This record gives sequence, structure tokens and C-alpha cells, in this order.
Amino acid sequence: MLDRYQRITKTAIIRACVVLCLVLLPMGEAQLAETVLKFENDEQSALYLRLTEEFRCLKCQNQNLADSNADLAQDLRNEIYQAVVSGQGRQEISDYLVARYGDFVLYRPPVKKITYLLWFGPFVLLLFAIIGGWRLITRKPVIDAPEPSDALEDARRRLED
Amino acid sequence: MWKYIPLVLFFGLLGFLARGLDLDPSELPSPLIEQAAPDFKLQSLYDASEYGPESFAGDVWLFNVWASWCRACITEHPVLEQLDDIEGLTMVGLNHKDVLDDGRTWLNRFGNPFDTVVFDQQGSTGINWGVYGVPETFIMDKKGTVRYKHIGPISEEDLNTILLPLIKQLQAEQA
Amino acid sequence: MIAELGQFALILALCAAVVLAVLPFVGSFIVQPQWMALARPAALLQLLMMTISYFALTSTFITNDFSVLYTANTSNSQLPLIYKISGVWGGHEGSILLWVWVLAIWTGAVAIFSKHMPAILLSRVLSILGMISIGFMLFVLITSNPFERIFPVPVDGASLNPLLQDIGMAAHPPLLYMGYVGFSVAFAFAIAALLGGELDSATLRWMRPWTNIAWMFLTLGIALGSYWAYYELGWGGWWFWDPVENASFMPWLLGTALIHSLAASEKRGIFKAWTVLLAVLAFSLSLLGTFIVRSGVLTSVHSFAADPARGRFILFFLAIVVGLSLLLFAIRAHKLKSHANFELISRESALLLNNILLLVACAAVLLGTLYPLFLDALDMGKISVGPQYFNTVFAPLMLPVIMVVGIGALLNWKKDKLKGRQTTLLALIVLSLIAGAVFAMQFNPYKITAAAAIGLAIWVVASSAYGVYYRLRNKRNRLSAAMHTPAAFWGMTIAHIGMGVFTLGVALTSMFADEQTVRMGVGETHEIAGYEFRFDRIEDVRGANYIATQATFVVTKEQSAVSTLVAEKRIYNVRRDTMTEAGIDGGLTRDLFIALGEHLGEGQWSVRLQYKPFIRWIWFGTVFMALGGLLAAVDRRYRVAATTQKRAEAATKAKAVSAAAGAAS
Repeated sequence: MLDRYQRITKTAIIRACVVLCLVLLPMGEAQLAETVLKFENDEQSALYLRLTEEFRCLKCQNQNLADSNADLAQDLRNEIYQAVVSGQGRQEISDYLVARYGDFVLYRPPVKKITYLLWFGPFVLLLFAIIGGWRLITRKPVIDAPEPSDALEDARRRLED
Repeated sequence: MWKYIPLVLFFGLLGFLARGLDLDPSELPSPLIEQAAPDFKLQSLYDASEYGPESFAGDVWLFNVWASWCRACITEHPVLEQLDDIEGLTMVGLNHKDVLDDGRTWLNRFGNPFDTVVFDQQGSTGINWGVYGVPETFIMDKKGTVRYKHIGPISEEDLNTILLPLIKQLQAEQA
Repeated sequence: MIAELGQFALILALCAAVVLAVLPFVGSFIVQPQWMALARPAALLQLLMMTISYFALTSTFITNDFSVLYTANTSNSQLPLIYKISGVWGGHEGSILLWVWVLAIWTGAVAIFSKHMPAILLSRVLSILGMISIGFMLFVLITSNPFERIFPVPVDGASLNPLLQDIGMAAHPPLLYMGYVGFSVAFAFAIAALLGGELDSATLRWMRPWTNIAWMFLTLGIALGSYWAYYELGWGGWWFWDPVENASFMPWLLGTALIHSLAASEKRGIFKAWTVLLAVLAFSLSLLGTFIVRSGVLTSVHSFAADPARGRFILFFLAIVVGLSLLLFAIRAHKLKSHANFELISRESALLLNNILLLVACAAVLLGTLYPLFLDALDMGKISVGPQYFNTVFAPLMLPVIMVVGIGALLNWKKDKLKGRQTTLLALIVLSLIAGAVFAMQFNPYKITAAAAIGLAIWVVASSAYGVYYRLRNKRNRLSAAMHTPAAFWGMTIAHIGMGVFTLGVALTSMFADEQTVRMGVGETHEIAGYEFRFDRIEDVRGANYIATQATFVVTKEQSAVSTLVAEKRIYNVRRDTMTEAGIDGGLTRDLFIALGEHLGEGQWSVRLQYKPFIRWIWFGTVFMALGGLLAAVDRRYRVAATTQKRAEAATKAKAVSAAAGAAS
């Protein structure tokens, strides 16, 4: 009986806590939370969406600003929103954030000396691989070895094993 | 010979991975280093007087971003008190995204290591300074150039090995 | 007690692995049949012990034995039974134990199903698997022991991360590990081939089904992870190019290349050294993935708690296993002679192109994943490499793969003049593009890129279907011919069609998805992509171990009801985490997706509404691919090979007996 009573009190307390949290938390968040964002035109709205997806939330593990619930992400979203509505372009906003947080904030790394390998490496490799493949195809074998893999040959070899 | 290429590449990779174990991917250098301290115009936590980076021109000054809701700031507090004892170092605190009264209460409770405390409820100064976690600490030289940024609470060790020598060096420099 | 039993069984499994790794291996070189004969029993003993060990850990979860540290950290008495069972792999220690168990299962399976394999080959393959086992068992015992006790015993456990309290997530790691670890079999064969200096088509035939099955599991595991991220993380995305996702995707890319190069090696005796290298690399990337996930060198949404000691151990292990393998490759690969030449237009060329592109694509993913680490290690600054990079670089590399997938399968080996097929193929291309252009009209606004992408997807399916027709063209009774067509052919065709289905899903979702974050109160409506969402009600509900705020939306289109969606925000009792459970109406041609955001006060909520056209096709496509892999693996040919082998053995034995009899008389 006692056990059961304790359990009920425990759940009641948990429940009370949760209700309290549900009531209190939103009040704290309310002033920070975004309302529906109003843009002057579709370009602005698309730019906002694109930018919030292109910038990294610095505090989070690996999330963009659009997906993150962190405080800082909300502030930065707000900052970007203000910039977009005031008519700033992608480059301007991007420069602003990079000047403060560094290239780390960009999910699309800028093309510059230290990222040449990153951006062009795969295509250079592709070029080499295709050249290699081409030479393999056009190369004439020195000796035309007998073709393996017909059943007879196989069976014979297995017998020898 | 091409058959050795994978092996060579692999050992190169291994070197990087081994080095990676000692690196912290979440620690970010600030692009503000060697740049002029970003501008701000903020009111004091206590009165209507306004401050900006130019208010501290000619001094070596420390800019500490803190908040009453930040737990790590309590850990860091004794170190700030020690920094406060340094002759000629101007201690500036930025009360970041806080409630006015909470900020004051916090300083009353733990002690105020700052010469000046400015207050920013919106947090836009923080963004301007590239702050992404509280506490963060910047050190400016006499020309108002950012010379060092510390992310997270300053430990006793950081104080002795990095900050104290740096401050001494900056104080010796000409304005 | 049971935890100690588990640990003891693990140690016994390690002993079995040591026997397995040493005796048959040495025996295969000094020709000691008795030593080699130990391979199978040792593999089976290892499996038995690992099974006991794994079930021991599971039982501590089921019986709420919180005196075990790992159990106390990961489980909780309130957890539903199913999540107690899946919770075993919810943390680092348990999941690595699962890894080892899965390796034991694969090793045991090879031991059971390869009775007719030549003794030397079998003992080497099993020994190599045993060596890998040793490494991972030591890893568990030294750095990540899940059986450790704590004192004082906590009253209850800290519970499983609510993100993982989900059926999809419960099944994701085992499937993924079956895939990852499954590549160890192909790896072991490759190393054995290098040691023996020979890779004949019989050995290649042994390798193929194992590789296919591993690839199938990996495909399903990745797809399930993607599906889980879609409905559980609450953002509506299906792939994030996160380091951990990439860690599983890279072995998949190379595994796909391996499957194709195995075909060329087995059928035509070419690309042998290349095939061996791919098998080594595919498994190496699995190990690298383990390192990335568990060492914390990269920031990811879902890494395990970083521990440098673990990182160092895996790195050390990686260095030995991969370093030795690649060294062996460098000095022995020349022995694997490839004969036969082929012309530009031939199936070999198509497979070569496929391999080149997949390898380069994999290299691009590797480069992008590790580039931040490279720069950081060289002290050249910190950067992020995100989806924008991967999409930009990856898409142009995969596009040609998708374009030739149907044709490649149509080509003859050695050389092909495409006689009689040029016109048909040309017609198919034109028809596909027209169909794409027409189909794209369904969507608003009209996009040429969409028409091209749809056309491409149709082309993949059409050319694959034409391949079937072409194969059966001269048969008198097509139905019976179809019945007698090998499963491998159907597997290939279905997997390729799956590629087309997948392409369609990716293209349409990325081009026409619509997403809006709106402020809504009960009774209000909002329209998106022609669907009207009405916020019907909001209420608090209790789940098994959480409390949720539940919002119900009624969706209508042109006044007719479409569905009722329920989106939740949950708070879990023990860990107090908040979780978003999206409301999803899945459909063949579109998904509707609602995530409940923050409460904005005064009964207003921030609500994220999404319309995702054809998103399910992404996962349908992967299911087709996996099914194709399975079909190809169960082809009669592989079993016939076994029987032929058996007959050959019997013949040799009979010969020996008669010779002995002759000598006796």
C-alpha cells in the first residue's frame, strides 16, 4: 500500500513539474520565439531560407541555423531576417557573419587557396582516373592469354586443387 | 609502382587522424584577432552613462562577456578578481542577454571585478563580437586592437601561462 | 552474476578468436590439416560465446540490473521492453559489443556455409576474421567494458536518449553493422587471395554472395537511418551529409563499386588487383567510420561521447589492419594477373567507368568529411563543409553513373557493336525525355531541370526493362525463359530500377518541396501547396514514459478531407528532454509534414508545415536496391558451384581410394 502511495505521489510530483515546465518554459521563450516572418517578396523569403540553411549554428554539434533551437541560432536568424528585410544581399550578410565568426560559419566553404584541393581535388582525380581507365582499355596486351572462366577450365582447375 | 599509392595515402591520412585526436573541433579561433575592437554604444549597468571601445583608448583593456544565468561564469569569477588586481588593466564587463536586476544582484553577491560594466539585453553586441558562448574574454591593446580571445571560463592555468604574460607584454608596448 | 558471466563469455570468445587467428593460419602455410581443421570449430565456439555474452548484457537491461554501470547509464525501469532490448546498443559500450557479436555471426556463417571451400582458403579467411575479432574484443575489454559494475547501485537508470526510443532507430544499428562488418568477409577473402598469390574465379564466386548480402544490409541500414532522421528529428530532411552519415555512406559507395568489379573479375578474369583493393578499402572505410564516430575528431550530430583513449585504440588498430593490408597489396598484387582485353564499347568498359566514378565520388565524400580536420591539423584555420559542398560536388559525379546504368547492363562482354540496338536505345532516350517533359507539367512552376531529372529516372527504368526484353528476345517461350533467367540478372535489373526510383524521389523532393513556418492558434488555417491545414485542437496526453502536448490538424484539399495529423512535443519523465514528434501523412506522391514548434503565448504556436513531393520514392528506391542485392546473392550459380566442388572432391577421394586399393592389391 505504502509503496503504491509513494508511487502515486511520485508521479503526481513529476506531473506537476512537467505542467509547471510546460507553463513556465514557453513564457521564457515567448519573447525570443519567431513569429511568422513577413517578407516584402518571394526573393527575400527564399534568400532567408537559403541563408539560414547555409550558415552553421556555432554552438550546436552539426546543425544549420534553420534547424537549430539554440538561443544563439535564434538570435542569428533574427539578425539575418533583419538584414534580408533591409534589402541586404547574400554576399553582404555572408561577409558580415564571416567577419565575426570566421569561415567556420559557412557550410559552403569559400573557394580560396586553402580550399582549392577540396573543391577541385575530386575533379582532378576524376581526370586522372579517366586517363588511367582509357589507357587500360586502349592498351594492347603483350601476350593474349587464354581466356579463363569457362566451366571446363574451372572444373579442371578445381580438380587440380 | 601505383600499388604503393594507397599505402602512402593511408599513412598520410593516419598522421592527420592522430593529430586530430589532440585537437578540439569545437574550439573556434576568432577572426577579430589583430582587428580593431568592434564598435558598440552601450549604457552602464548602473546608470545612464554610455560607453564604447573609444572610452578605453590608450589602455590595455579586458572585455569579459558574462551573464547571471551562466554557470561557468561563477567558476571563472575568482580569476577575474585576480585580473582586477593587475595595475593598469581596465576591466570591462558585458552583461550579455540578461535582466538588469539579475545582473546587479549577481555582482553584489559575488563581487564586482569590473571597472565598467555595460549592459546589453538584446545580445546584438555579442553577435557583433562573434560571441557564441558565455563566458568569453577579449584583450585589447592600447591602440584598441583585439589581441586575444578566450572561449569559456578562464582557468588559473590559463591566467598564469597565457593572460598574465600577454598583458605584461601589451602594457609594455607603446600606445 | 549474469554480468560476470557475460564478461567471462567474452573472454572465452577472445580465447577462441586467438586460436582461430593463429593455428589455422599458421597451419595453412606449413600444411597442417589438423590445425586448419580447427578453423570451423573455433569460429563456431567464438559465435556461441559472443552470443552468450551479448545476451547476458541484454538480460541486465531486461531485469533492470542497475548495478551494471552501462545499464544504469543507458536503461531505466520505466522503459518499454522493446527499448530495453534495443537500448543495449543505445550507447557506446553496448553498440561495440553488438559490433563484435555481428562479426562473430558473419564468421560463424562463413564457417557454416563454406564447407566445400578449399581447406587452405577457408582456414585463412576464417583466421583473418578471427584477427579482426581479437582487435575488437580487446577494444571492448580494455576501453569499453559494458559489464563493469558500480557501487553504490543507483535506484534507477538514467534512461535511453528519447531520440533512440523508436522502432526505426532500434533496427538501424544492427542493420548497419551487418553491412559494415559484413564487408569484413570480402576483406578476408581479398587478404587470403593476396597471401596465396592467386584469385581464381572459384574464389571470386565465393566472394560475391557475401559481398551482396553485406551490401544489402548496409543499404537497408542507411535507408532506415535516413527515414528515421526524416520522421524523428523533426526537420523533414532525409540526408544531412553529417560525418557519421558519411562514415556509413563511403563503405556503401565502395561496396557498390566492389560488387561491380567482382562481376568483371569473376566473369572475365580482369581487374583482379583492383577488386582486391576495393575489398580492402571498403572494409577499411568501415573501420575508419568506427573511428570517426567514436573518437570525436569531427563534430557530428550523433557522435558518441568522445574519449581519446578509445580513439587512440581504434587508430592503432586501424594502422595495423589497414597498413598491413595495403602493404601486402603493394608487394603481392602483381601476382594477381588479369588476362583478357576488351574494347571501348563493352560491358567491361561500362563497369570500369562505374568503378571510376564511384571511387571518385567516395574520395570526394572522404575529402569533404575530413577536410576540416586537415586544415585544423595544419593550423590553417577552421572551416565547415556542409551539404552545399557535397551536393555541388557529388551530383555531377553521380549523374553519369545514373545515365549509363541501364546501358552498361545491356552491353556484351569483350566487345559490342550495339548491332540492332542503337535505334531502339535512341528511341528510348527520346521517349524518356518526352515523358519527363510531360510529367514535369504536374509541378508548379515548370522547370527544365525537373523535366531532365524525371526523364533521366524514366530512362534508367526503361533501359533496364529493355535489357530484360533484349535478353529474352530470341526465346520462343518468353515466360518460361523468364523463369529460367538467373536470379542474379533479376537482382541486377531490380537494383538498377531502384536507382531510377531513387533518382526520381531525390530530384522531385529537392526541387518542389514547400516549407513554411507559421504562427497558428486553434481554429486557424493555413494553405501550403494546395493543402489547407486547420489547427483543430491542442491537448496534453500521457505516454508510457513521457508527457506530450499534442496538436491535431485537419488537412483538406479542395474541400475534401485528406487526413488528420497529430504533431507532438514530448517531455520524457526521466531525462527531461524535449522531443518533437512530427505529424506525417505519407503518400505515394507526396508527404505532408507538421512539426509543432514553440508556444508563442496566447494560444498561438509556431508550426512548421512541409509538403514533400515523392519523398517516399527515395526509400522505395533503396528497398528495390536491397532486394536486388538479395536476389543476386541467392542465385543458383553460387550453390551449383558448391555442388560441383563437392562432386570434384568426391571424385578425388574416390580416385585416391581406388589408387590405394590398387596399391594394396
